[in-house]
Amino acid sequence: MSTAAASIATPTHGEPSFYAGSSRRGMLSWLLTTDHKRIGLMYLAAMLTFFLVGMTLGVFMRLEHLTMGPTIMKPTTYNALFTLHGVIMIFLFVIPGLPAVFGNFCLPIMIGAKDVAFPRLNLLSWYLFMTGATIAITSLFTGGGPPDTGWSFYVPYSVTTGTNVTMAVLGAFVIGFSSILTGLNFITTIHRMRAKGMNWMRMPLFPWALYATAWVQVLATPILGITLLLVILERVFHLGIFNPAIGGDPILYQHLFWTYSHPAVYIMIIPAMGAISEIIPTFAHRTVFGYKAIVMSSMAIAAVGSLVWAHHMFTSGMSETAIIIFSLLTFLVAIPSAIKVFNWVATLYKGSVELKAPMLFALGFIFLFSIGGLTGLFQGALAINMHIHDTYFIVGHFHYVMFGGTGFAFFAALHYWYPKMFGRMYNERTAIVAWVHIFVGFNMLYFTMLVLGMQGMPRRYYDHLPQFHGGHIHATIGSWIMVAGLLMMFGNLVRGLFRKVEIPANPWGGVTLEWTVPSPPPVENFEILPVITEPPYTFNPVSKEPAP
Amino acid sequence: MSASVESHDAGPPAAEHRDYIGAKLGMWIFIFTELILFGGLFVAYGMYRSMHAHEFHKAAGELNVVLGVINTVVLLTSSLTMVLSIVAIRLKRKGQSMIFLATTMVLGCVFLVNKFFEWRAKIHHGLYPGSEHLMARPPGERLFFGLYYGMTGLHGLHVTVGVTVMAVMLVLLRRDKIRHDDFIKLENAGLYWHLVDVIWIFLLPLFYLAA
Repeated sequence: MSTAAASIATPTHGEPSFYAGSSRRGMLSWLLTTDHKRIGLMYLAAMLTFFLVGMTLGVFMRLEHLTMGPTIMKPTTYNALFTLHGVIMIFLFVIPGLPAVFGNFCLPIMIGAKDVAFPRLNLLSWYLFMTGATIAITSLFTGGGPPDTGWSFYVPYSVTTGTNVTMAVLGAFVIGFSSILTGLNFITTIHRMRAKGMNWMRMPLFPWALYATAWVQVLATPILGITLLLVILERVFHLGIFNPAIGGDPILYQHLFWTYSHPAVYIMIIPAMGAISEIIPTFAHRTVFGYKAIVMSSMAIAAVGSLVWAHHMFTSGMSETAIIIFSLLTFLVAIPSAIKVFNWVATLYKGSVELKAPMLFALGFIFLFSIGGLTGLFQGALAINMHIHDTYFIVGHFHYVMFGGTGFAFFAALHYWYPKMFGRMYNERTAIVAWVHIFVGFNMLYFTMLVLGMQGMPRRYYDHLPQFHGGHIHATIGSWIMVAGLLMMFGNLVRGLFRKVEIPANPWGGVTLEWTVPSPPPVENFEILPVITEPPYTFNPVSKEPAP
Repeated sequence: MSASVESHDAGPPAAEHRDYIGAKLGMWIFIFTELILFGGLFVAYGMYRSMHAHEFHKAAGELNVVLGVINTVVLLTSSLTMVLSIVAIRLKRKGQSMIFLATTMVLGCVFLVNKFFEWRAKIHHGLYPGSEHLMARPPGERLFFGLYYGMTGLHGLHVTVGVTVMAVMLVLLRRDKIRHDDFIKLENAGLYWHLVDVIWIFLLPLFYLAA
């Protein structure tokens, strides 16, 4: 037990849960709330909706590749689809996902606070997020039609295309502002509101990961802000900064864009790693191996990861010295990530591993993220980079990291904290069947992409040559299996909300603070603020139920 | 319990968690993000100036140094009145604090008016992004004016936001929401205003004095 004051043995049944305890009724109790838990759930609802939309777009893209030549759409439609799929998945789901949903819900509880440092700013972040999302989605139906630039909005095409890029970029700009405010809020919360006795080295690993992420959010997102702003100014006022026709340099755009968008990859993955670092010890029923190493590697990834952006541009035109330096830095950033993987695996060693649904997703994360990370190193190597640049290998790689990594961690966290969030439980067996489908379908789909890429299949093409046909059919069938699994998982989670079961405060035997409060937690989280006397992840076999 | 539940959701400031250092920390982080926002433009400026040093030099000669310097003095003075406003409220001199704050707002507006006349004169001479007159000139000069409008424009937007924030602060002062023992909002507004000031201090030499 990491707490002395609050413990599971003293339930606080007197207090209403945060669902009941509001002075307002109905929708307004949600829309005007400053409760971090409600805000987290509002993010969850919005993001899962966006995820389903993005997933549907992805399914259509795969269907297009089921046969050669036009299958269900024209090339222009395909261009719009991959742009939308990228924008929705990256800006509306993967980047904000874990911090906004689970960070909001769990961070204050895990550090023993009643809320975040700036609750009203937190609500503002949600509104900014929704405003940005609305603007981005409106851009599909207005102006010159849906943007067709790809999610990276590369100039000069994004400046010259007649599609509604201005509005889509504005949407991303507003979402970026929301991300900055969330990061700012979390940094201040962690600095100022930790429970008494919780010094830095007694803080659980998910808050640590959120802390590292928040710094990247705060320091990198403004670069995206100014870059996107300049694209808008370029389109509206012909400022010329990125436009070679006026004298500007498109490569500068790529530098500025990736100065944000590569660190954004770490905004996606560090909180995912944090969630995994919570789940693995809980289901191995032993303390995490190498706590300090995991903490330091989070900070190291945040720092080094901010200096590797130009590895997206090896073929764009840069001095050879710059290319070699960025290649070296890219290899360096793999070290802290590998340290984490070793620590998780070492945590399992001699633990009493319990293969519940959250644990399966977490183990899936380790496997898929390892493939994603290692294929990333392929691209960091200069010679191979030239060969696989702009091929399906890249698409396969970043789906392994973003979906196999962050996506799986998101689902792991969702299954892990589900009983805490809702006070209900999903069907365990269905969750595992869904996991098998997702895992198998995922590998069929994206591993095939890695192979196709090595063979030379270029990305963002709506059609393919005969030699790639078998691979494309294989990948498309994989996408059906995966989507079946995803739908099963969502169905199971929704059905779980209506199953009336009494959920104890601590269904998994976790030892972080969120498991000491009732499920769902009361409005103020803690009746008495906890006092921390021990490091986190101190599993005490005597006071716990015997491990299975 | 019900009382604290209510206070949590409706959030009257009396029961709210108050943390002076936390509020300031949050503001400083926000200021970092603003600096980085402008940082992207400074990078672009640095790159293009190193590529087109001579043309930048020539184009800078066309800016009105007198107006630029007047605006610098106006903005620096406004930072002084801002500080005086905070000092006044700490000394419980509410009226004086409001007068200083209003002066800051007026100076901010003077800056914007000057800027307006400056931009109008430039546009009148056909010097604006995408104009035929400008497109006839070499690339370095086009970029100089592109950056000039982009950077002073973004700065002007920040001045406008700053003046708006101060208007809100004035109302809060009037309603005693900012008091001698709770002035963090005013102090944070001041930090923001100084940021606007500092950025201008970099813009002045880069554009007006580069000739």
